[in-house]
Amino acid sequence: MLKLVRYLKNYKKESIIGPLFKLLEACFELLVPLVVARIIDVGIRNQDIPYILKMCAIMVAFGLLGLCCSLTAQYFAAKAAAGFGTELRRDMFAHINGLSYTELDKIGTSTLVTRMTSDINQAQAGVNLVLRLFLRSPFIVVGAVIMAFTIDVKLALIFLVLVPVLSVVIYGIMLLSIPIYRKVQGRLDKVMLMTRENLSGVRVVRAFSRQEDEMRDFEQESGGLMKIQMLVGRISALLNPLTYIIINGAVILVLWAGGRTVDMGGITQGELAALINYMSQILLALIALANLIITFTKASASAVRINAVFAQKADMKEGSGAVTGTGTAGKQVPKVAFDHVSFAYKGNKESLTDINFKAMPGETIGIIGGTGSGKSTVINLIPRFYDAAKGAVCVDGTDVKDYTYRQLRKKVGIVPQNAVLFSGTIRENIKWGKPEATDQEIEEALIIAQAKDFVDSKQEGLDTKVSQGGKNFSGGQKQRLTIARALVGKPEILILDDSASALDFATDARLRQAIADRTEGMTVFIVSQRAASIKNADRILVLDDGRQAGLGTHEELLENCQVYREICLSQLSEEEVKR
Amino acid sequence: MKKKKGNRETYLRIFELIKPYWYLIALSLVFALVSVALTLYAPVLTGQGIDLIIGKGNVDFDGLVPILIRFAIVVGITAAAQWLMNLCNNRVTYHVIKDIRVQAFNHLEELPLKYIDGHQHGDIISRVVTDVDQFSDGLLLGFSQIFTGVVTILGTLIFMLTINLSITLVVVIITPVSLFTAGFIAKRTFSMFQEQSKTRGEITSLVNEMVGNQKTVKAFSHEEEAQEQFDEINERLRDCSLRATFFSSLTNPTTRFVNGLVYTGVALSGALIALRGGITVGQLTCFLSYANQYTKPFNEISGVVTEFQNAVASAARVFELIDEEPQVAEDAGAVVLTPQMADGRVELENVAFSYSPDTPLIDSLNLSIRPGERVAIVGPTGCGKTTIINLLMRFYDVDSGEIRVADIPIRHMTRDSLRTNYGMVLQETWLKSGTIADNIAYGRPDASREEIIEAARSAHAHSFIERMPEGYDTPVSEAGGNISQGQKQLLCIARVMLCLPPMLILDEATSSIDTMTEVRIQKAFAKMMKGRTSFIVAHRLSTIREADIILVMKDGHIIEQGRHEELLERKGFYAQLYNSQFQQTV
Repeated sequence: MLKLVRYLKNYKKESIIGPLFKLLEACFELLVPLVVARIIDVGIRNQDIPYILKMCAIMVAFGLLGLCCSLTAQYFAAKAAAGFGTELRRDMFAHINGLSYTELDKIGTSTLVTRMTSDINQAQAGVNLVLRLFLRSPFIVVGAVIMAFTIDVKLALIFLVLVPVLSVVIYGIMLLSIPIYRKVQGRLDKVMLMTRENLSGVRVVRAFSRQEDEMRDFEQESGGLMKIQMLVGRISALLNPLTYIIINGAVILVLWAGGRTVDMGGITQGELAALINYMSQILLALIALANLIITFTKASASAVRINAVFAQKADMKEGSGAVTGTGTAGKQVPKVAFDHVSFAYKGNKESLTDINFKAMPGETIGIIGGTGSGKSTVINLIPRFYDAAKGAVCVDGTDVKDYTYRQLRKKVGIVPQNAVLFSGTIRENIKWGKPEATDQEIEEALIIAQAKDFVDSKQEGLDTKVSQGGKNFSGGQKQRLTIARALVGKPEILILDDSASALDFATDARLRQAIADRTEGMTVFIVSQRAASIKNADRILVLDDGRQAGLGTHEELLENCQVYREICLSQLSEEEVKR
Repeated sequence: MKKKKGNRETYLRIFELIKPYWYLIALSLVFALVSVALTLYAPVLTGQGIDLIIGKGNVDFDGLVPILIRFAIVVGITAAAQWLMNLCNNRVTYHVIKDIRVQAFNHLEELPLKYIDGHQHGDIISRVVTDVDQFSDGLLLGFSQIFTGVVTILGTLIFMLTINLSITLVVVIITPVSLFTAGFIAKRTFSMFQEQSKTRGEITSLVNEMVGNQKTVKAFSHEEEAQEQFDEINERLRDCSLRATFFSSLTNPTTRFVNGLVYTGVALSGALIALRGGITVGQLTCFLSYANQYTKPFNEISGVVTEFQNAVASAARVFELIDEEPQVAEDAGAVVLTPQMADGRVELENVAFSYSPDTPLIDSLNLSIRPGERVAIVGPTGCGKTTIINLLMRFYDVDSGEIRVADIPIRHMTRDSLRTNYGMVLQETWLKSGTIADNIAYGRPDASREEIIEAARSAHAHSFIERMPEGYDTPVSEAGGNISQGQKQLLCIARVMLCLPPMLILDEATSSIDTMTEVRIQKAFAKMMKGRTSFIVAHRLSTIREADIILVMKDGHIIEQGRHEELLERKGFYAQLYNSQFQQTV
């Protein structure tokens, strides 16, 4: 939590004024019992009605002043907390934008989302509460004890014993119950997981007729949740009765000892009443503090999770943009060159070993191999989503590490394996590839991507709404739109990462034809599992378990690459292989 | 008016849920009465005590001792009653929410697929988890606070009346002011809260998209635009969150101020009456503490009422889910289809089906499959291939026409027995959290480890499972993050291999398994499919070529059907599809 305090630095004024006014308000509250004591001791005893009226007026005035102070405090606290949340959120979003794929893989995007939303909200609520109440409660406790001392030192000693005993009980119960609350949360997560699983796997559950078992498991899990909730309920149910006993035990003591003191003339009757009043103020303050601590523990747990994101530093350094190798050598320079590249995902064994090939401008390169053979990894190195461990990846003769991200990624149009669309319109989605694209350019891209027909068939055409994640489009439609998005910026390098998997083979074939016909000079990488999709490429890179098993044309590879031959024969008939 | 009635129904339903625990509620009520009554009696004793301590040399110790002893006993009983009451409330609440949650979940298993496919899963989950939780909070609070609150208010009133009428009137007249201000503020802030949660929702969905798909954002260097969009919403959130927090936090100090007024009113009128000897000083202190206790429940109740309203709204959402119409009940005499009966004959007669009435999908579909035939379904995306699976498995019921398995209409069979006679591998693999062995044995939980390994072997999954850190006991994390897509499919295949039902449904099953393994898988499949009627939704020519019947679908109709060679000769849509695959493309 402390690390996040810096987000309050623009709100120094607010964070000081807030608690300060809260303390002022507490002062007024602490004075009230003394005023009442005066009424009893002076007013009633001396039958002084004007005095009583005066004292009551003072009480109302104190109340009004307290109200004003408190409102001021609330306002500044709310302002500081809202500012805190806003700046924290902005920074975190920017930080996430700056992370590289390696860190994203490590943290996982779904937890990033919860950290950005609910954790920050939690922290913001914590700050708000702390600014308002954190100083107030201890202040009231200390203040009440001091007031007690001003009344009578010996009787105040009872207070000195009472406060620690109460604190031990309240915080003891909290210490006991907080870890159990955490367990409750864990159980609740499990219940949520089971529900989610049963929804996403509804077909499988029913296909295997396992509904009854699932119900039984769920009942068991919720039963477990219930037991642990009751356990923690039993513990926290002790809080009120125990504090009630302690505080009233103290009242008995005060009455007894106070009676003696009054008898000896040490204090007055009204002062005795004031002492009892302070007692209940202490109790209320301590209970408020206990609630506050619960919120605060939640907030600091969130703060830890937030800080963990900030601690995640991008380990790739962006290049300066001073590009050296272009131009002069003209056509001789390969568009993309892998120079003995090896790569390993963080903490894993090498997943690419010694990849070495060149793609000349305008060439189409097919990449084929089994699952986990490293196909996607190879193409992820081109726009520098990851850095090679050994060797270098060059685009236009310059190491990708020397480009700025924007420079490099502008050259590359990538169509990722799972088609992701964003909420907005079709037009807005396509424009991701080129923010200033005209409708004509968009149409052109849609034609190549074989998406024009179905976009035209929509009533609103390019303005058709895309819901979050593109849920209102079929898998094949989404894939074609993502292809159009990559094409619209006329990238120099186009990467299709198994992006036609949801297309039927007729559409897939038309798509490849269109890319070949209409995108002159574009270097194209096609990653696929289907031999038919890549067999006509200029060159084919065959990967097997992260190693380069072959490189050449279809015919060459059939001649001399065992792995490639096996792939082809498994998918195509003898006659088709030769066609 | 209608909403009111809906609310009342919800209350009745909640009441029904609570009814089985009526004895606990009754106990809780008794304890509440005891604790409140004694809590109110305690200040009387304190007051009496103070009255005995008048001044120097004027303290009645003999009178004080019995009062203090009585006080101690009262305090002890009060604490015990409070504790027992809390225990009862806890018990009722947690049992009730467990009941309602289990009821909701069980209903999910009964709902037609149409509901589950047609609703956001997140929404359903939040009903089962978050809403039930919200309901439980409200219920607990309602029990413990509303009830004791009402009793406290009534009790203090009675106690105050027994002491002095006019001071009581002062209290009764001033307190509604506090109630009124609290209500006023709550009403005004409600719209601000709504605005805040709307803006929060906006920011959450933006974060969901941009952070959830961060890789795509990076690939298109879209970071700056995303940040701009984010900043805009974020600034708006700052404003409305400031407003909502500030105005809602007004309630507490304001009501506290009003309470201060009540307190002063009591002090003033009490002092004046005490002057005339109407009450003693002890009674005055006692009154002052009543004034505090009397106003407290008012403050709390206004908070509790909103919480309780939320709880009722949440309960209504859960009930909505529970009330959702379950799938059509099975016939009383529904046939249980045994694997012996299922000889592999499947007939579709005049089948019509659509997901929504205004877009007809399948109509007059006729098909007759002989035992052991291999049926490949091909066609462009969106032509209705997966719909056929939905109908065969009876995930959806046909709108008209009939599907028969072994001459028995599937409408007259138990769903479970029909489904267990199909082995299904879907395009979207699904694994349950649990170990790999659990997942393979999903269809037959009693399978021995040997059988599981055997199934994994025939699905060619054994070798990669062996290489996992804990072999067959490796846990599968949610969504199977530690296992590749291809491996997940192998596991799904192993799951079917273990059961070996008489009919098979394969939905592009092998589309992301690497080519090496695929050869072996296809051999295993061939073995498995031998003698078994199989439906395969396929994109692969190799699979299609070996099929006994190819159904070529387009726009919900079967436009061609026959063997590969026949269809090629016909030079129709299939031939077109097939040839386009091998056009010279580069």
